[in-house]
Amino acid sequence: MGYLTRAAALGLGVAMLAGYAGTALAQKDGGVLKFYHRGTPPSGSIHEEATNSTVSPYMGVFNNLVMYKQDVAKNSLDTIVPDLAESWSWNGDGTELTFKLREGVQWHDGKPFTSADVKCTWELVLGKSKAKLRKNPRKAWYKNLEEITTNGDHEATFHLKRRQPAFIALLASGYSPVYPCHVPPKKMRTNPIGTGPFKFVSLKQNEHVKFTKNDNYWKEGKPHLDGHEWTIIKSRATRVLAFIAGEFDMTFNVDVTVPLLKDVRSQAPHAVCELVTTNVSYNLIVNQDNPPFDNADIRKAMVFAIDRQAFIDILADGEAVAGGAMMPPPSGVWGMPPEVLEKVAGYGPDIEANRAEGRKIMEGLGYGPDKPLEVKVSTRNIAVYRDAAVILIDHLKHIHIAAELDTVETSNWHAKVARKDYMVGLNLTGSGVDDPDSNFYENYSCGSQRNYTGYCKEEMEALFEKQSMMTDQEERRKLVWEIDKKLQEDAARPMIMHSKGANCWQPYVKGFVTHVNSLYNNWRLEDVWLDK
Amino acid sequence: MSAYIVKRFLLMILTLVGMSIIIFVLLRLMPGNIADIMFDSAGFVDPEEKANIERELGLDQPIPVQYYEWIRGLIVWDLGFSYVSEMPVVDELQPRIPITAKLAALSLFFSVLFGLPLGVISAVRQNSAMDYILRCISLSGLSLPSFWLALLILMAFVQYAGTIPIYTDPPENLWDELLLYSIPAAAVGFRSSALIMRLTRSSMLEVMRQDYIRTARSKGATDNSVNYHHALKNAVLPVTTIIGIEAAFLIGGLIITETVFNIPGVAHFLVEAILMRDYPIVQNLVMLIALVTVLINFLVDMLYAVLDPRIKYAD
Repeated sequence: MGYLTRAAALGLGVAMLAGYAGTALAQKDGGVLKFYHRGTPPSGSIHEEATNSTVSPYMGVFNNLVMYKQDVAKNSLDTIVPDLAESWSWNGDGTELTFKLREGVQWHDGKPFTSADVKCTWELVLGKSKAKLRKNPRKAWYKNLEEITTNGDHEATFHLKRRQPAFIALLASGYSPVYPCHVPPKKMRTNPIGTGPFKFVSLKQNEHVKFTKNDNYWKEGKPHLDGHEWTIIKSRATRVLAFIAGEFDMTFNVDVTVPLLKDVRSQAPHAVCELVTTNVSYNLIVNQDNPPFDNADIRKAMVFAIDRQAFIDILADGEAVAGGAMMPPPSGVWGMPPEVLEKVAGYGPDIEANRAEGRKIMEGLGYGPDKPLEVKVSTRNIAVYRDAAVILIDHLKHIHIAAELDTVETSNWHAKVARKDYMVGLNLTGSGVDDPDSNFYENYSCGSQRNYTGYCKEEMEALFEKQSMMTDQEERRKLVWEIDKKLQEDAARPMIMHSKGANCWQPYVKGFVTHVNSLYNNWRLEDVWLDK
Repeated sequence: MSAYIVKRFLLMILTLVGMSIIIFVLLRLMPGNIADIMFDSAGFVDPEEKANIERELGLDQPIPVQYYEWIRGLIVWDLGFSYVSEMPVVDELQPRIPITAKLAALSLFFSVLFGLPLGVISAVRQNSAMDYILRCISLSGLSLPSFWLALLILMAFVQYAGTIPIYTDPPENLWDELLLYSIPAAAVGFRSSALIMRLTRSSMLEVMRQDYIRTARSKGATDNSVNYHHALKNAVLPVTTIIGIEAAFLIGGLIITETVFNIPGVAHFLVEAILMRDYPIVQNLVMLIALVTVLINFLVDMLYAVLDPRIKYAD
């Protein structure tokens, strides 16, 4: 019997290997993958940007120390695999993370990759190096990073101020490439050099971004493509029509909205389309520094006014999902499940009861149908923001808030928010990594530049730190739910919904896996091939 | 005549100087600058880093100093660097100008090719079925927004031809180029041709009621001779003015058309540069457009004398 079991297992193993080999053999090399892009990337320097306009095309230029497995849709600590680091290990108290680095790796300009490059990269991000980044959007991620030391050319250690098991999750993001020491930040913006599977060729504003295969790529047999090209098309109608007409192999990263997806599916039924959660949330930012919203009760009342299902139905045809600060399951790893979520104030299924609660608070503060609180809801003057703001204005009426829409030229949005020149804002927030450390420290921690509302509570800081230090991930999850609940009830940045978007590609594009809990981590493109 | 030309030339210089001041000041009156916009893609604004960028780009200097630096650069043909791409402005504009120029020329060509003869036909066959049809078409040309027309054209191509006539790669030869630009040129030229047609029609109708036309007919001149030799020659004067103005206004129509057909010309680029507050691009490009506009107006004025011998420019 034991023999038979072993034989069966061996047979199964052989069959799996054959299947794998068959798949591997079936991969074809060659061809240029053609995408459309929604607009000129602001620069080629991933460390200086916080947009998928840069990460999606440029991620293939670089390598990380570690990365999320490209063919697993859901990012988690368990899907992190080596990249430029062959292996990693923590010291006993979890404050030192040491990476053994690959030998023989070269930058695209032929210079060798060493541990000095790792040290340089994170010193640049910490603002400790002589060379400076023009913008440094992820400084908050590395709040806990004390220093980086090297031991020879092929070992680098990250020294943390305290234990942070999820630190490695930040390093695995598409936002965490290793930069070369010898290339100044200005050149990285215009002509980036990496160790990745594709070399940067050219960027022409409003025309294209082009990349070609790195023939000396250190991963044997990769990439399969000869290159990838992104044609910049500002008009969404034109670019989607162009994809339908077969002009492009793939759409831009989650560029196809739920309503447009219907058009694509009906006019290009052969196309493969995946509608996924994007880890981009619609939320409210409320200026807590000035009256009347310095009053926490008014902020709480606003939370009761929101009918999340109405947003989901109107804006996303019922496809988006309600949640807290962390992206909800099943796609999200850390978000509150429905049974926990509905217990959060303002998330109960009885919208009328919620609004009655909101009205009661407002009436207690002296507002009523004859004396509404007059506010302006500011938002970017683009449809995706404006439409949601209009729905919000309607919902606020139910709790005696008479709101007026204040549209802001999109390029001035963050400047206005930074000046605190708004009362209530309708905002969209994307999370690079589905991990509380990234989300909480970036958006809710005292002093973070992306904590737009300036929400800052000692008690919450302590909880952020506590969850961050926990090694038992199940225990951590429970604490994260508790923190998320408090954030929602404090109206720190009231969440409306977590959006969805689709990627579509022609059926001959193989090996691309859309990630379901981040937009930013699956664009290495080294496994993608064209079955032509 | 020569004194008039010198006077006109000096006026042109004055206009351009005025234009340079207006565009320079207006740009800086717009809320936000490139530093704010650069931070938009980073999702935050850091006051210290923003100040560094402003210092690096010279935006911390007083406005008159910035203006002086720009004009000094213009005089020595140093147009500076694009704030967005960090590339020389000349390198950014050079490849785009011919694209828009070709598209504008082709649009204007289509406008005149269809607008002028159809206007004459409509006038000489006033109140006929043909006149009504042409007037309806011209009215639709004036009322259809060009972006909508352009999108309809694209949708029709995708639906019925399975292809899309947009710019994705540079055309390889003249024929490809003509094919690529003719559809957007027709889309943008439709409005202009409608305008030219209606103006030609009304101008022709006015001229055809003049005494000298009656005289020509009474002398036994043929219809063709009356319409095209006597009437059109005089009716075309106001049309010439409109063609000149339309040439300058085409840039507005081309912004939409270049966006929808994804043509990498200067019109679409200008709008992008304005949105990005890319001052070096906008300032220099607007000056170039202003220069072209005043030159066209100057040429139109000169053309008047050629077309109408009664017009004399006094010294």
